[in-house]
Amino acid sequence: MTAISRDDVAHLAHLARLAVTEQELDLFAGQLDVILASVAHVADVAADDIPPTTHAVPLTNITRPDELGPSLHPDDVLAAAPAAEGGRFRVPRILDEPA
Amino acid sequence: MTGSSASVTSASAVEIAALIDTGEVSAVDVTQAHLDRIDSEDGALHTFLQVDTDGALAAAQAVDDRRAAGKKLGPLAGVPLALKDVVVTKGLETTSGSRILAGWIPPYDATITTRIKAAGIVILGKTNMDEFAMGSSTENSGFGPSHNPWDLDRIPGGSSGGSSAAVAGCLAPLGIGTDTGGSIRQPAAVTGLVGHKPTYGGVSRYGLIAFSSSLDQAGPLGRTVLDTALLHEAIGGHDPADSTSIPVPMPPVVAAARAGAGGDLSGLRIGVVRELGGQGFTDGYEPGVLSSVTEAIDVLAGLGAEIVEVSCPHFGYALAAYYLIAPSEASSNLARFDAMRYGLRVGDDGVRGLDEVMALTRQAGFGAEVKRRIMIGTYALSSGYYEAYYGQAQKVRTLISRDFAAAFQSADVLVSPSTPTVAFPLGARTDDPLAMYAADLCTLPASLAGTPAISVPSGLSDGLPVGLQIMAPALADDRCYRVAAAVESALDSRRGHPLLQEVPVR
Repeated sequence: MTAISRDDVAHLAHLARLAVTEQELDLFAGQLDVILASVAHVADVAADDIPPTTHAVPLTNITRPDELGPSLHPDDVLAAAPAAEGGRFRVPRILDEPA
Repeated sequence: MTGSSASVTSASAVEIAALIDTGEVSAVDVTQAHLDRIDSEDGALHTFLQVDTDGALAAAQAVDDRRAAGKKLGPLAGVPLALKDVVVTKGLETTSGSRILAGWIPPYDATITTRIKAAGIVILGKTNMDEFAMGSSTENSGFGPSHNPWDLDRIPGGSSGGSSAAVAGCLAPLGIGTDTGGSIRQPAAVTGLVGHKPTYGGVSRYGLIAFSSSLDQAGPLGRTVLDTALLHEAIGGHDPADSTSIPVPMPPVVAAARAGAGGDLSGLRIGVVRELGGQGFTDGYEPGVLSSVTEAIDVLAGLGAEIVEVSCPHFGYALAAYYLIAPSEASSNLARFDAMRYGLRVGDDGVRGLDEVMALTRQAGFGAEVKRRIMIGTYALSSGYYEAYYGQAQKVRTLISRDFAAAFQSADVLVSPSTPTVAFPLGARTDDPLAMYAADLCTLPASLAGTPAISVPSGLSDGLPVGLQIMAPALADDRCYRVAAAVESALDSRRGHPLLQEVPVR
């Protein structure tokens, strides 16, 4: 069912915003193929009419009272940022034109 | 090292708390003794990523001050603890074992951090772990592996292996772990500890760095069942800050641990799970593990329990379902590491755009296993594959839950080995992801069903610890503690001493 090529790995890595080296493409292609082949048998269980499960004790519509509470101070949050400027996160350009 | 500080570092949490409460030792002395032991032993064990000497001594001093002021102390006041680095701590570096978070100082405390502090428990520091809790050996840590105190050339389990090695090595009497597929129970098993995965939603996850949100659960590690139960009680219970937290009273885990130590299990039905190392399903299990677990089950029968065999036919699909669900959710959760708000940033030269900086940062900051799981998850969630992989895996969870429900018709608890083998040598499985995943074979069903399960030592195989897993229905965590305390008490009195006294490195 599966056969993960180098191109597939490159595509997945792009979707996941992960830069990969040429060597990693080969390594991961082989490993992902083995892993996916070994998990594919979940499809062997007939489960068309089975609902999915996520929580041992089903909970729905969890809300809290709409009341003001303490929140983090912007200075404390920005202190952990890789780059901050003027009380904001500084980020690289998000459009295609060169800076 | 003096005799008294050696005995305080090998004492149980209950004993330490009593010594502090009666004034025989101060909380500061207890903390200092553990800090000294970390100093002398952690070069070899590598269990702590951060040691918070000042914070620990200040917390201990606060306990001594409260006692001096005549205030009543809680049951674990002044007892030191090793906190897994997946739990955020205000002002104390938190990395989740990843280079991408190296140097990150959280601006807030997790709920369990707050509860630990409120109980007067002293946080010694943050323990090593597989990166983002993905692994069974600590070898996926971005900061090097931890070592098993029973044999320094072997793994201490994972992902909570820093906590397990610290507690087994007497660097701390208590530890916090998190369990997504077995990451509390498997490290407890291979280091001779007690480790409990609570019912999903039983302990708050607010402030835990998320790996797989439908599976992650924090829980306690200890050297005795009662210590573990007391820590569970300190951290458990409903938390409005976690929308998956269950809004019901906590199971009476401490009372159950005390009752179980009495040893009478008459009327209790214990189901041996055929598909987890039972008749005809021994492939991949070490004979020494199976015989140790069988002996422990015989002990339980001797205490009056009725032993029955149960079959859970879909447990055989647990590994496959888990290795689709966990990577899928991880690929989504780990998208937050985008190099913008916290953590590492690589390649921000003013020319490169945001996408490229993000991709270079994630390449540099994530280890190989994390990258593999992100890509597996991305694949499994992509259109055209979602139903066949993630959707189908979620349905398999339902089938596994139904297997549990059927088994609990004829048994009050289920038992199995906690892990198929004893601690394996460091490096033995690092090149074979599937072999590494097999370490979770026995623990995955309870993870997928969200039901509670505990690992308690059953004995040794070739000089290395073996764990017995005891599983109970959702919210019946107390049953795990009752049976674990009974088997611990019976085995300790038969042996004449606790198993951990046989750790060679002390």
